[in-house]
Amino acid sequence: MSSELELDELYRDLILDHYKNPRHREKLPRADVTAEGYNPVCGDEIEMELAFEGDRIAGIGVRGRGCSISQASASMMSEVVEGKPVREVERLSDEFQAMMTNPDAPVPEDLGDLEALQGVAKFAVRVKCATLAWHTLHEGIEQHAKGNGAARIEEM
Amino acid sequence: MSYDVDQIRKDFPILERKIRGRPLVYLDNAATTQKPRSVINALVHYYEHYNANIHRGLHTLAEEATAAYEATRVKVGRFINAAQPEQEIVFTRNTTESINLVANAWGRKFLEPGDEIVFSAMEHHSNLVPWQLVALATGAKLKFIEIDDEGHLVWDDVVAKIGERTKVVALAHMSNVLGTINPVEKIAKLAHDAGAILLVDAAQSVPNMPVDVQALGCDFLAFSAHKMLGPTGVGVLYGKRELLETMDPFLGGGEMIRRVTYEESTYADLPHKYEAGTPNIADVIAFGAAIDYLEGLGMDAVREHEIAVTGYALKRLMETDGVVVYGPKDAAEKGGAVTFNYRDLHPHDLSQVLDQQGIAIRAGHHCAQPLMRRLDTVATARASFYLYNRSDEVDALIEGIKASDRIFGDVVRAGAR
Repeated sequence: MSSELELDELYRDLILDHYKNPRHREKLPRADVTAEGYNPVCGDEIEMELAFEGDRIAGIGVRGRGCSISQASASMMSEVVEGKPVREVERLSDEFQAMMTNPDAPVPEDLGDLEALQGVAKFAVRVKCATLAWHTLHEGIEQHAKGNGAARIEEM
Repeated sequence: MSYDVDQIRKDFPILERKIRGRPLVYLDNAATTQKPRSVINALVHYYEHYNANIHRGLHTLAEEATAAYEATRVKVGRFINAAQPEQEIVFTRNTTESINLVANAWGRKFLEPGDEIVFSAMEHHSNLVPWQLVALATGAKLKFIEIDDEGHLVWDDVVAKIGERTKVVALAHMSNVLGTINPVEKIAKLAHDAGAILLVDAAQSVPNMPVDVQALGCDFLAFSAHKMLGPTGVGVLYGKRELLETMDPFLGGGEMIRRVTYEESTYADLPHKYEAGTPNIADVIAFGAAIDYLEGLGMDAVREHEIAVTGYALKRLMETDGVVVYGPKDAAEKGGAVTFNYRDLHPHDLSQVLDQQGIAIRAGHHCAQPLMRRLDTVATARASFYLYNRSDEVDALIEGIKASDRIFGDVVRAGAR
C-alpha cells in the first residue's frame, strides 16, 4: 500500500467529518454524572456528561481538545451509545477495544461510524487516542453505579 | 578545511535509509542523534578485541579496556575544558542520572528546611523532578524563574529569585523545546554571590556549541553521549573537584570502594567514588570516538553550520502561512530545536502525516509539561537540526507540512477544535 493510501486509510473522510462537526457537543443540562479523561502524554482531553434512565444511557454530551482521532472517536461513540442499555454499551466497548488491538479482527457490524477507526489499529501509538473516550465513558458508568456524580481518569 | 555536509552524511550509515520509499529526513536530533560509522566500529572493535572488565584485572585485555575507558574520560574533560579531567568527570547512564546524583549526593547532605532551589520555567522534567524529590526529603523550597513570551528568562526575575536563601540554582544551558541559550556565566556569578551552587543541564548545549566549564563558572554540568553522536547509556557529570570530594557516594557497591569491612567502608578516590559497579565500558569507549569526530569537525564549525540550517528553517517556517513558531527567532541566539504548531492541527496528526513522508520530528510535550502550560498549549511539534542536516531537508519539512492540507485542509481552516 502506498504511503498516501495508508494515510487515507487512517484519516478516513468519516473521521474528519466527526472531527470537524462533532456530534453531541452540547453540555447536558441535567446530567447524572460528569466524566473527564486525560492523556497527559498526548495532551488529549475529553469531558462528558451522562444522563441515565434506569439502566439506559438516555443522554450524552461530549467535548474535548486533542488530535483528530481522539476527538472523532468521542463523537462517534456518543452517537452509538446514546439510548442504549449500559450492558449493551459495555459489550460495544469490548468490541471496539478488540478492533483496536487486533488489525486483522473482523469488524463488528453494530459499531456504526466507529468502524471507520479500524485503520487506527495499524498505528500502535494512536490506539490510545481512539480509546480515551471509551475509557472515560466506562469510568463515568462505574462511578454512577457507585452513586457518585463525578469521574476522572488519566491514561498511563 | 571547509565544512562539507554531503561528505559528512556519508559517515552516517542510517542516513541512507528509505522510509516508505522516501529518503529519511531525520529532524529529531534533540531527542537523540545518529551515529557515525567510527562510533559503531569502536563498539564492534572493543567487543571483538579487548572486551574485559576494567580497573581490576591484571591481564592484557583488562589493561587495554581500562586504558581506553580512562582515555575517554580525559577526552571528555578536555572537550569541556575541565581543570582536572581525570578527577572531575563522572560517567553515569544519562543526563537524568547525573542530575539525580547531584540532587541526592549533594542535596540530601547539604540542604536544610527553608533553603531554596531555583530553576527556570523552561526546564526539562529531568532537571525538575529530582529537585522536587530532594525538596520533599529535606524541606527545601522550590522557586522558578519566569520566562517572557519570546522564551527568554526574565532577568528581573532571575535577580529576584536568587537570594540569600538560595542554595542551588539548576538551569538548562539550552532549552530542549525553545532552543533558548541561557546566560549561564552571568547567573553563575549571581548564584555564587548568594552562596549557592550552580548545576547546568547541558544536554542540548554540549552537542551543539563549544562549552567551557571554567568560563561558564558552573559547579556541576550534566550531559548525555547519545545526543552528540555517541551511544545511548552514557551520561556525564562534570563537578568541581572540591565539591565532589565533600559529597557522599550516590550508589554503593563494587568499584567505588577502597576498603570494606562488614560494618563500614572507605571510598575510592575521585571519580571512582561515584561509579559503583561495572560501568558501561563499551559505550564509554565508543563515546570517545564520537568526541574525536566532533573535534575533527570543530565545535565552532558545527555551531556555524547549525546556525545556518536553523536560521533557514526559522525563515521558511515563519513565511509559511499558518505556522506559529515558539521561542527566540534569531538562530544565532538559540540552539537547533525549532518548536511550532501548524494551524489548529494537533501535532500528533502533523507528525503522523510527516512520518508517512519519511520525515521524523517530535510531537508532544517534550518532557516539559510546565513549559507547555506557560506557552498555553498542550503539545507542539519540534524539528531539531544537527551537523548533518541540509537545507533541502528543511524544504522537505515545509512541503510535508503543507501536504497535511490535502487531508486536514478544510477541517483545520474551519477551526473545528
